[in-house]
Amino acid sequence: MAEQISFVDYLVLDPEPRLVAHECDSCSARFFDHRNACASCGSTSFHDAEIATTGEVRAFTIVSLAAPGVPVPFAAAVVDCGGTSVRANLLNVPPDPEHISLGMKVRLATTVVGVDSAGTEAIGFGFEPLEGTTNGQ
Amino acid sequence: MASEDIWIVGIHMTKFGKHPDRDIVDLASEAVMGALGDGGMSMRDVGVVAAGNLMGGPGSIGQQIQKQVGQTGAPVYNVANACATGATALRTAIMALKAGECDTGLAVGVEKLAGAGLLAGSTRADDADTWTRRGRYGQVAAIDGRIGTETMPGVFAQIGMEYGHRYGGVDFELFAKNHAHSTLNPLASYQKRFTLEEIMGDVMIAYPNTRPMCSANCDGAAAAVVVTDAKRKTLSLEQQRRSVKVAASVLTTDPYEEACQVLPNVNTLTKNAAAQAYEAAGIGPADLDLVELHDCFATAELVHYDNLGLCEEGGAADFFRSGATWRDGTTPVNVSGGLESKGHPIAATGIANVWEICHHLRGEAGDRQIEGARVGLAHVIGLGSACGVHILERAAA
Repeated sequence: MAEQISFVDYLVLDPEPRLVAHECDSCSARFFDHRNACASCGSTSFHDAEIATTGEVRAFTIVSLAAPGVPVPFAAAVVDCGGTSVRANLLNVPPDPEHISLGMKVRLATTVVGVDSAGTEAIGFGFEPLEGTTNGQ
Repeated sequence: MASEDIWIVGIHMTKFGKHPDRDIVDLASEAVMGALGDGGMSMRDVGVVAAGNLMGGPGSIGQQIQKQVGQTGAPVYNVANACATGATALRTAIMALKAGECDTGLAVGVEKLAGAGLLAGSTRADDADTWTRRGRYGQVAAIDGRIGTETMPGVFAQIGMEYGHRYGGVDFELFAKNHAHSTLNPLASYQKRFTLEEIMGDVMIAYPNTRPMCSANCDGAAAAVVVTDAKRKTLSLEQQRRSVKVAASVLTTDPYEEACQVLPNVNTLTKNAAAQAYEAAGIGPADLDLVELHDCFATAELVHYDNLGLCEEGGAADFFRSGATWRDGTTPVNVSGGLESKGHPIAATGIANVWEICHHLRGEAGDRQIEGARVGLAHVIGLGSACGVHILERAAA
């Protein structure tokens, strides 16, 4: 199996793919990037917190026109994962409003973004519909 | 806090559209000379200049304007706050007056954007030869399009969809209004009425926003001259009669909320700005004779009906369907044509909407005059975020 690297450092691949946020020790606000102090309460200590791998679509759009080099169309969404909002593309579903709806239940999925000259696969993430997929709960 | 009233005595907006033969200094200077002339003032009267331009040059637009129309040495504050830059310039000049620094201020915003295409979302370069983590998320390659979208039409589409998800009953086949209004505005970039079918059937940019539901990139400038109450009393009766009272001038920034790191929240800071502005002006939304709000996308106009308190919470779609926001409705919104048709030269927008309100309050809006207008509200949002709200009142007869 090819070497793999996660597309962003808040996507952890092993043993199972999941998103990990920096959670404020004081008020539990969660951030996917590094903060010097919590934007919510000002506390300066954080710990890692795993984000639920299932959620529901709270907002979406289907991008038909994007910057040069960005393939379209694709579905971009905000997914509510147990109270933590996550920005992601929707995967394994046609990018049209007949197949995507507000409130749709989804789960974390991974996709190969590309392979570099050393043969390493970059693994990205998105969310796929729970219904109609294998292993749907 | 003791604080005397501030008045707009002169204001001007250039034609919005394509100005291929004129640069940002030319456009801004037309707006400045127009505003000074409208107020019966000259650059010699101006004690402070606040200027905004986002896309055009070295960041010293205020000084460039002074060199073009009057290099008096009056201090310049070059300001930037995304699409709220114009409102920020106006508020900066007003704050200088309220602080007692001087009695006359000039605010100007200018942009050349005709043909600019999509704003935000960057051209994706080829991926690197080997994956290396960089950036705030340790990403190994460009994020836009791989983790959601950074384009403005896509971001504001989701903001509208999020409202629809929260309150239900929202469809977006609503927005023929602003294009219809624009047919009465000779300074608008586009003055074309579309049918609903034409709008919904046009090129999709980011569902549900089709091309006519997006703001129009264009060139343009706007400028305003503000004075203290004491200064106003020294002016001619005609200048006093045409002056417009700044009943509220508010700028807010978005406070922390869950989800704001993944989708900008344009709602809370607008609600906060509106609440502060209504309190300062001593009025409520029902007192407004007209509103110019930040319809950068049709999905944005909808949520701001709610954020500005023009309708019941969650009732934006019903409010629109009632006809209230058409020019003959109870709360006319964007009778200028709004950003979708009048156009959105971003740093000029936050003064251009004040210009529109002032014209109605002065009874000088021509064919599109809202009869008897006494009080109006101008609103802008700059993503990042900043919200400017100005409430304006006609001078007492």
